[in-house]
Amino acid sequence: MSPSAPMPRWWRPRSSPASPCPDHRPPVIRALRRRLHDWIATRTPRVPGPWPIHRRRVYIVPTRYGYGYGLLLFTMLLGAMNYSNSMAFALTFLLAGIGLLAMHDTHGNLVNLSIAAKAVAPAFAGDPVRFPIRIVNGSAHPRYAISLHWQDEAAPMQVDIAAVDEAAVELVRLSERRGWLPASRFAVSTEFPLGLFHAWTWVELDIAALVYPQPAPPGASIPPGGHGDGQRSGDQPGPEEFVGLRGHQPGDALRSIDWKGLARQPPQSAQPQVKQFAEPRAGALWLDWRTLPPGWSPERRLAQLTRWVLDADAEGRRYGLRLPRTIREPGCGEAHRHACLAALALF
Amino acid sequence: MARSDNLPPARLTRTVLLRLLAVQALVLAPHLPRLPLWAAGLVAVILLWRTAAALRGWPLLPGWMRVLLTIGAFAGIYASFGRVSGQTAGVALITVMAALKLTELNSRRDLMVMVFLSYFLLVTHFLFSQELWTAAYLMLSATLITALLIDANHAGGVLPARVVTVMAGGMVLRALPLMALIFVLFPRIPGPIWGLPADAGAARSGLSDSMAPGEIAELVGSDAIAFRVRFDGAVPPPGERYWRGPTFLRFDGRSWDGGSRAGLVDAPAAELRGIGYRYELTLEPTRTPWLFALDLPARLGLPEGAVINADHQLVLARGEVRERRRYRLQSHPDYRLQPALPAPLRALATALPKAANPRAQALARQWRVEATSDAAIVERALRMFREQPFHYTLSPPMLGRDPVDGFLFETRRGFCEHYASSFAVLMRAAGIPARVVTGYQGGERNTIGDYWIVRQSDAHAWTEVWLADRGWLRIDPTAAVAPARVERGIGSALDDAELPDFLNPALRNGYRFDLRARWDWLNARWNHWVLGYGPELQSEFLRRFGIDEWREMILALTGLLTVLLAGFGLLLIRRSTPRPVDDAPSRAWRRLQRRLARAGLPQAVHEGPADYAARVASARPDLAATIADAARRYIAVRYLDADSDGDLKALRAAIARVRP
Repeated sequence: MSPSAPMPRWWRPRSSPASPCPDHRPPVIRALRRRLHDWIATRTPRVPGPWPIHRRRVYIVPTRYGYGYGLLLFTMLLGAMNYSNSMAFALTFLLAGIGLLAMHDTHGNLVNLSIAAKAVAPAFAGDPVRFPIRIVNGSAHPRYAISLHWQDEAAPMQVDIAAVDEAAVELVRLSERRGWLPASRFAVSTEFPLGLFHAWTWVELDIAALVYPQPAPPGASIPPGGHGDGQRSGDQPGPEEFVGLRGHQPGDALRSIDWKGLARQPPQSAQPQVKQFAEPRAGALWLDWRTLPPGWSPERRLAQLTRWVLDADAEGRRYGLRLPRTIREPGCGEAHRHACLAALALF
Repeated sequence: MARSDNLPPARLTRTVLLRLLAVQALVLAPHLPRLPLWAAGLVAVILLWRTAAALRGWPLLPGWMRVLLTIGAFAGIYASFGRVSGQTAGVALITVMAALKLTELNSRRDLMVMVFLSYFLLVTHFLFSQELWTAAYLMLSATLITALLIDANHAGGVLPARVVTVMAGGMVLRALPLMALIFVLFPRIPGPIWGLPADAGAARSGLSDSMAPGEIAELVGSDAIAFRVRFDGAVPPPGERYWRGPTFLRFDGRSWDGGSRAGLVDAPAAELRGIGYRYELTLEPTRTPWLFALDLPARLGLPEGAVINADHQLVLARGEVRERRRYRLQSHPDYRLQPALPAPLRALATALPKAANPRAQALARQWRVEATSDAAIVERALRMFREQPFHYTLSPPMLGRDPVDGFLFETRRGFCEHYASSFAVLMRAAGIPARVVTGYQGGERNTIGDYWIVRQSDAHAWTEVWLADRGWLRIDPTAAVAPARVERGIGSALDDAELPDFLNPALRNGYRFDLRARWDWLNARWNHWVLGYGPELQSEFLRRFGIDEWREMILALTGLLTVLLAGFGLLLIRRSTPRPVDDAPSRAWRRLQRRLARAGLPQAVHEGPADYAARVASARPDLAATIADAARRYIAVRYLDADSDGDLKALRAAIARVRP
């Protein structure tokens, strides 16, 4: 969905969409639910979409208001019998009829909708990933108050879909790690019109979001670029341009230690860092895995490289990316940035 | 696409709140006249205040004030009724509490509670009234409450009132066949399950268990129905249409009542002669034990629970008539009642307060001296009423300390109770056992349904005197003064100025009278088939369909419900099925498909337009250029948002050029 598209009609109640409900149920119930989910999994294939909601895949149970309504009707029936009151019988039976029809209406409000995915925008690890889902109503009757939510989460939003129209809804999930984040199973549900029944179906669309590594905090500036021929550049430190930090090694000049950075670190785990400088070079900037201090973990390197990609992109420079088995030739622009970040995400 | 609505979830919007208040007003309004004045006022004030608060954004009441109001309402109901349960007090309590709930109402959850409460308030209304119009009220209220329930379940913004009302109305209409089915087939059980509160059923109406001057005249203003009668075959002439009610033996100088009948509880001997009239009577509830019957009911085949009492009045052995009651009877107008009068009864039937009405007593004693027989005295008294200027009127002048003296010798203007009372006093003073009988006289024929309606306005009082060999003989002194009263009904016997409109003979013709008859007929059918649909009528009705007992009822109910619901389900599935795309480019393309199919080149299901065009081009090289052009244009117009009129015309032209 492009940023200029109108927002869908949706609404967020209760909890934040990404927070899963804690399961306080007894172990027996939890085990039963697990088995239920296994069974659901056999009935819910992972499909690329569009996925028409077939009536045999729509499940329906009474809500607590539905049970309350049943209790109300039972009370009214007893009253009608006790008073032999025909009009009380009539109202009770009318409401019973409405309740039974509401079951069909709730079911029919969901059946034959079609669920499809749209392109998923990448996100950085730790940020929410938004999976845009299209709900298509091909019938000549509008559908009301359709909810989309991850399995085991409360319904956070409702959307109306006019006759022969569609609506877009975003399912949000917090990304934790870089790489592909597949969309998990979600429910399409409704309690419309009367809230007495909860009808739902499970959908598992074969879509995934690309999660870029979480960028390192800004600060360390980009090292001077290396040569396109793969020549190492990080091992030629000079006094001219700050290119980054590496761990302190015996023999390093005292003046090259990053004293300010050291002061910012917690005293127990303080590791002195050495500032590295390189000569400025004309042309493309190379962001190289190997310029980073050898003691750094791969993830830390990826985080730093991600930061540098973002910085270089923000400064509008031409830059290339060099990873142990992957090279992105220098370039610039949105597509190049994505290519570099994707390489980092999938490293 | 719909506009964006980011509402706070739990709060009600003002629109929905106002809709709720309107529905509450509809549901609470019929209860107001039955509430004590303070409670009705409180409910009305809360409704108005809450509406104003919603419109003006006033703050709601603080919690302690709501608690105080609730406690106060409880105390008030207890003070007004002496209890908080039972039909009237219980419903009053629910009504006030529903109104009080409005003061704290603010969230969607409250709305659900209010909707359920509204359904319940609606059903309590029928404890008090089940007339025909309440069916329309039921439909309207059920629709609007259901519309509110739909509102409560549409969190993402308020739907237009028309949309929810149409939706709810559609649900109610579709639920009607289900309702009818369950109504007919749900097995009814007789009687109350846990007993009725003492105040259940209709209010007391009609004749009372005593008679003072002016009391019956009050009933004449009421066109309420006392009972309806359907005769099997012959209908008694007007002069024999006396519907016997309570009999009064004791006179205190002014009013009559039953008095004590110690030792006189057995039904008197009655000798019935001639052919009887057989009829079915549908009695409206009176909250009395009296079952009215044409003079004089036969003792055989009495309705269930009914007995004949010492006055030969048909009454319930136990309890009161709280619901409409239908019974069959046979009556014989030619009878001899209690030919042997027990001495204690003779004493009671001739007792008079010594000091009261001295002039009447003196006159009667003089008649006694002059007369040769009791019958002659009776005739003498009737002649007096006939010959002296007595006047039959609904609004007699006030009477003083001795009402019988005042009536007989001064005002001479009175209603039936004056004539019956003074005649009985004269007879007793002359030593003839006499008593006052109240009931109804006459009735109006409904030509639509061929039955007779007896209204409260037909209430009447007459006398019975006991003559040796004859037993109790009905004497109606009013007939001596105003024969038209008995022959043609009260409307003919009174001056027009005194008559309520519904009795005015001048207004008893034409379409209004006809409409009234039709309306009553409809009500009678309603009473019979809907309100009277209990265990007996149900088994009688269902037997026609071969359904004999409750298991078969359940089976038929389940089967038919399943069929109906499956039908609705199928309808809904069909409604929800996506429509085939039917826009102008698709129609044009289908034309091309048909044409090529006739040429032996149908488009396969899996084939898109481009693949299809390629296949056609290779099969028919002569069409290659035109089909490629048509397909390109079709794809552009149908899929690439190039849907201007010019493009569409070009597409049609391109398709027309493909000529296999």
